[in-house]
Amino acid sequence: MFPELNNLLNITPDRAEQGKLTLLCDAKTDGSFLVHHFLSFYLKANCKVCFVALIQSFSHYNIVGQKLGVSLTSARERGQLVFLEGLKSSVDVFFQANEEPHPLQFLREANPGNLQPLFEFVREALKPEENGEAAWRCPVLLVDDLSLLLSLGVGAVAVLDFVHYCRATVCWELKGNMVVLVHDSGDAEDEENDILLNGLSHQSHLILRTEGLATGFCRDVHGQLRILWRRPSQPTAPRDRSLTYQYKIQDKSVSFFAKGMSPAVL
Amino acid sequence: MVGGIMNAPPLSPGGGGLWAMTPSGGARGDTGRKSEMMDSLLGLGGLMLLRDSVEWEGRSLLKALIKKSALSGEQVHILGCEVSEEEFREGFDSDINNRLVYHDFFRDPLNWSKTGETLPGGPLGALTAMCKRTDPGPVTIALDSLSWLLLHLPCTTLCQTLHALSHQNSCPSDSSPVGQVRVLGLLHEELHGPGPVGALSSLAQTEVALGGTMSQTSAHILCRRPRQRPTHQTQWFCILPDFSLDLQEGPPVDSPPHPDPHTLRVDPTTHLTFNLHLSKEEREARDSLTLPFQFSSEKQQALLRPGPGQATSHIFYEPDTYDDLDQEDPDDDLDI
Repeated sequence: MFPELNNLLNITPDRAEQGKLTLLCDAKTDGSFLVHHFLSFYLKANCKVCFVALIQSFSHYNIVGQKLGVSLTSARERGQLVFLEGLKSSVDVFFQANEEPHPLQFLREANPGNLQPLFEFVREALKPEENGEAAWRCPVLLVDDLSLLLSLGVGAVAVLDFVHYCRATVCWELKGNMVVLVHDSGDAEDEENDILLNGLSHQSHLILRTEGLATGFCRDVHGQLRILWRRPSQPTAPRDRSLTYQYKIQDKSVSFFAKGMSPAVL
Repeated sequence: MVGGIMNAPPLSPGGGGLWAMTPSGGARGDTGRKSEMMDSLLGLGGLMLLRDSVEWEGRSLLKALIKKSALSGEQVHILGCEVSEEEFREGFDSDINNRLVYHDFFRDPLNWSKTGETLPGGPLGALTAMCKRTDPGPVTIALDSLSWLLLHLPCTTLCQTLHALSHQNSCPSDSSPVGQVRVLGLLHEELHGPGPVGALSSLAQTEVALGGTMSQTSAHILCRRPRQRPTHQTQWFCILPDFSLDLQEGPPVDSPPHPDPHTLRVDPTTHLTFNLHLSKEEREARDSLTLPFQFSSEKQQALLRPGPGQATSHIFYEPDTYDDLDQEDPDDDLDI
């Protein structure tokens, strides 16, 4: 996790807000550092995490996690982390006996209807423990990323329904949090992705949007991060609802600075 | 600068008599006239579209209008598809909450959980059930949101249901005198193409499009009354934590001199030492120019056609004084 980002968002692992949906969105840049941030943040916050990782392998996230000070292997062993490795288990869909619906069952269907099996997986993973004793603070669902589901043939409305159900279960029923990543293709012709992105934006409480610089690649400024608080819990001045910073990704951290205030420029 | 805070006086059902509205160009009247925004909005029956965007969310305005309706003693039905009942009721007093009937389509709209708590007939069934109400008196029906319904139902079905819902008071077949029905529909504009939005807006009596500048929200209101010209109005407001409206006179005057440093957009193409754009003549001149490396058919012909003096040309060679001319036959050693 990146302490500077925590400062910007005014959160710490000790007092994370509950019942919130955070939308991560990247346009013309790679926003996955935010996924790594929230993964390590919630593991450090002692939350039960269900991570639907469709883009990268477990070892990739584990290596980045180790740089940020968390071990995904041990978190998985002690039951804190439930990891759905999309790259591996997509193969299981085809080669396993078909007795119970696989979370990624939609891969087998000619016309992927809905993502109910994936939702059932999430609900099962984050279900409160039977023996009453709450070992973990609050459940958290992370998805990296939802745009991939569109590429796999699922419709935007089906993905929105999946998020809706996860929101009703994780955010509302279990008072947990959700963090999902969606790419902004910036392409007006990709209607499905636009519906998904806008629909999610309307559902979310906080939007973190990373963008590449309009002027192109730069060695010292990797992009800018726009923070938009929707539905603030206490009414704040609208001026504070939206903030924009530029950032530079370093080996183990990310530094944020006001626009045009890169140390390399000053 | 800040206008009178509306403490939402009870409004007579139907809101008759309060319909005087400022002509297009904005409400800059006295306090009494400014409070007409809500009255005139709620005075009309029929469908009212609240068009919001990601940046300017419209649910708080919807809740403000619901509060106003509830305070005037109306029954309010809410078809909730996007937020939980708790979240929707948050911020209302108990006497307002008592007047709200929340039809919950948030928890299990598609019956995935199979808890049996799903309302039969789905959201459309709930809407048609609302059509068949018997209690007299005006009713407000809030749809949170129309976008969810549009994504899950065919546009024509939804439009027909909305039409039946908002025009039932003018339907003479029902013998019991039912009061006015107004339908408030929240529509997330970016999610739909121009077709469905156009269909809904042609059904709507009133349209409110939300927008704003950095620090204040504005509502652009379009009212269509029967046999009258549509009126346009822009109203600046902000919504207080208890969901009452704080109406304001106009766009904040302090914002242009002190724009937010974080959001100031600098156009990188303004102060350039070279010209990025071409005028029409310059573009034509550029297009008509043939570059030296371009191979055209004329050039090809010119190269292929032998020139006039080419057949009779000769090479004249005059040896120089210091030229070392070899007298030997260079092919001597070849032994031919």
